[in-house]
Amino acid sequence: MMAEIVPLPRDRATSVPRSDNSGPPLAVRAHRLAEIAVAWALAGPALGLLVALFILPVFAVFAIALTDWQFGASTMSFVRFANFAEVFADPSFRVSLKNTIVYVLIVVPGTIVLGLVIALLIESGKCRAFYRAIHFLPFMATLTAMAIAWEALLHPTIGLLNQALSAIGLPTANWLRDENTVLPVLAVIGIWQNLGFAMVLFLAGLKAIPQDLYDAADIDGADLWLDRLTTVTLPMLGPVMMFVVIVVALKAFEAFDTVQILTQGGPGHASEVLLYTLYRESFQYLRTGYGAAVTIVFLVIVVALTLIQARVMDKRVHYQ
Amino acid sequence: MSVTRSGPAITADSRTVAPVPGRAARVMTRPPVVAAGQGLSAPAAIIRHAVLLITGVLILVPFVWMVSLSLKPPGEIFRASFSFFPQQWYAVQNYTRALTEAPLPQYMLNGFVVCAVILIVQILVCAPAAYALAKLEFKGRHLLFGLVLIGLLIPHQVLALPLFILGYQFGILNTYAALVFPFVVSPFGIFLFRQFFKAIPDDIVHAARLDGLSELAIVWRIMVPMALPAVIAFSIFSVVSHWNDLFWPLIAVRDENLMPPSLGIMAFKNEEAGNDYGPLMAASTLIVLPLAVAFIAAQRWFIEGLTTGAIK
Repeated sequence: MMAEIVPLPRDRATSVPRSDNSGPPLAVRAHRLAEIAVAWALAGPALGLLVALFILPVFAVFAIALTDWQFGASTMSFVRFANFAEVFADPSFRVSLKNTIVYVLIVVPGTIVLGLVIALLIESGKCRAFYRAIHFLPFMATLTAMAIAWEALLHPTIGLLNQALSAIGLPTANWLRDENTVLPVLAVIGIWQNLGFAMVLFLAGLKAIPQDLYDAADIDGADLWLDRLTTVTLPMLGPVMMFVVIVVALKAFEAFDTVQILTQGGPGHASEVLLYTLYRESFQYLRTGYGAAVTIVFLVIVVALTLIQARVMDKRVHYQ
Repeated sequence: MSVTRSGPAITADSRTVAPVPGRAARVMTRPPVVAAGQGLSAPAAIIRHAVLLITGVLILVPFVWMVSLSLKPPGEIFRASFSFFPQQWYAVQNYTRALTEAPLPQYMLNGFVVCAVILIVQILVCAPAAYALAKLEFKGRHLLFGLVLIGLLIPHQVLALPLFILGYQFGILNTYAALVFPFVVSPFGIFLFRQFFKAIPDDIVHAARLDGLSELAIVWRIMVPMALPAVIAFSIFSVVSHWNDLFWPLIAVRDENLMPPSLGIMAFKNEEAGNDYGPLMAASTLIVLPLAVAFIAAQRWFIEGLTTGAIK
């Protein structure tokens, strides 16, 4: 609404020069003004909501992170970077950050390798839609419910996994209660969930490789499947690869549901990840200032990855 | 070099060229012969099927196990067994308990209502703004588009704390409104619709104006129908994300009667069922089922919507 008032005078001055064409200006000007008014009427609600629900809250997080405010408290004081100092000095936060990085370092390569292999296999023959659907299913299934199914699978006594292991004489474990296995097991669930997503992105990349290159490789003697893979497919997938790595890393940094449902960060802090720490500090312990500082750390990581991704996409455009 | 055309951008590309017959365009962009598939010998083809069937089965194990346990009586669940089918069918009891002991129908209803309201409001807010960005000249357009891009950059979990405080200030925590309000505007929706609207020729807009259509009528009667593939992709993305979301509902509501499915199943697990796996698996199955069925029915649209949505 305020916008309808602000831009008008300026626009009148710039878009309709006084000197030339004295006939149409009035109509043109009226039309232009109407268009501007309509544009703001159409975009206004979205603009207002974007500011209220995205832009201002981000500033609010930064502001809160600089105070010692606790949710519900009537007083607060400005503490500069004390929350950040506390966050980074806090052993449990360090463990959480370390766990998140370990989790990401397992999920990303696992998802990429499996997603790529499955995409290559699917693309090279029949029944593509069928195989694609099966492998993509976990990505869209409600993870909360599927985490409960995983818990049953991993149950120490009645779980399918331990049954299968003991049937073939391998050692079993209490997967979600053992601090050595819990994080890798959660990462396996993360891979299970995301590999279909990586697969679909790779499939799109494979489809875009021009047939000419395969023909050329053929003429040059690269007629074996493996030769074609190493001389054409993989090099041509390079940019897509970089892109998928970052997108999957972003997904992995946002892991929360499985931790909340299956382990609550335990045993000890063995499966505590960044987003879970953020949730617990902010909304369970109501340590608002501290939670805001954790939020900023999370934001910085995600924004950094996204900007790298944007640069990769930019580079790809420049290759044209 | 066609490196640029590779990757997920391909779907958006092919659509910005020909947004209207989205499905046909996508089919046509498929190369007639699949590059890597040329000359796959019979043994290789068999190995390929074998590997994909094995990985496919492994992927499906959690789903299969979930359904299997939901059919079994407690005695059989606790007696280790590999069989999928129960010796004694207990499905009716498990599903009845899932539906009656927890307010599961209420959770599902909440999920439908919340997803529907979010989606409708998102489209109502985003489509006009996307039209203004794509087709109208006005001061502040770049500013608005900049805000959309910043919005795309911000992960929603970052906003949880201030939005929680906002909800508290307005006294709407623990209501339906709390579940909906953070999502009424979607930067991704504006961005996606803008891309599609831009690809619609200006002549069509001019012709509509000459026919006396208002700008709002152009949005709803010309732009949105012509960009239907984008609307469908966005709708799938929006509904799937909010049906599956746990993080925000966990913060926004405490009342069981307001919980959407993902939060509801967590509450059911924590309170009622504990280790009573039969009803718990029945409830999980029922929560996964609607989207899984829709996915199988419209696989291509789902993959399209979820990948464009997730990569933004």
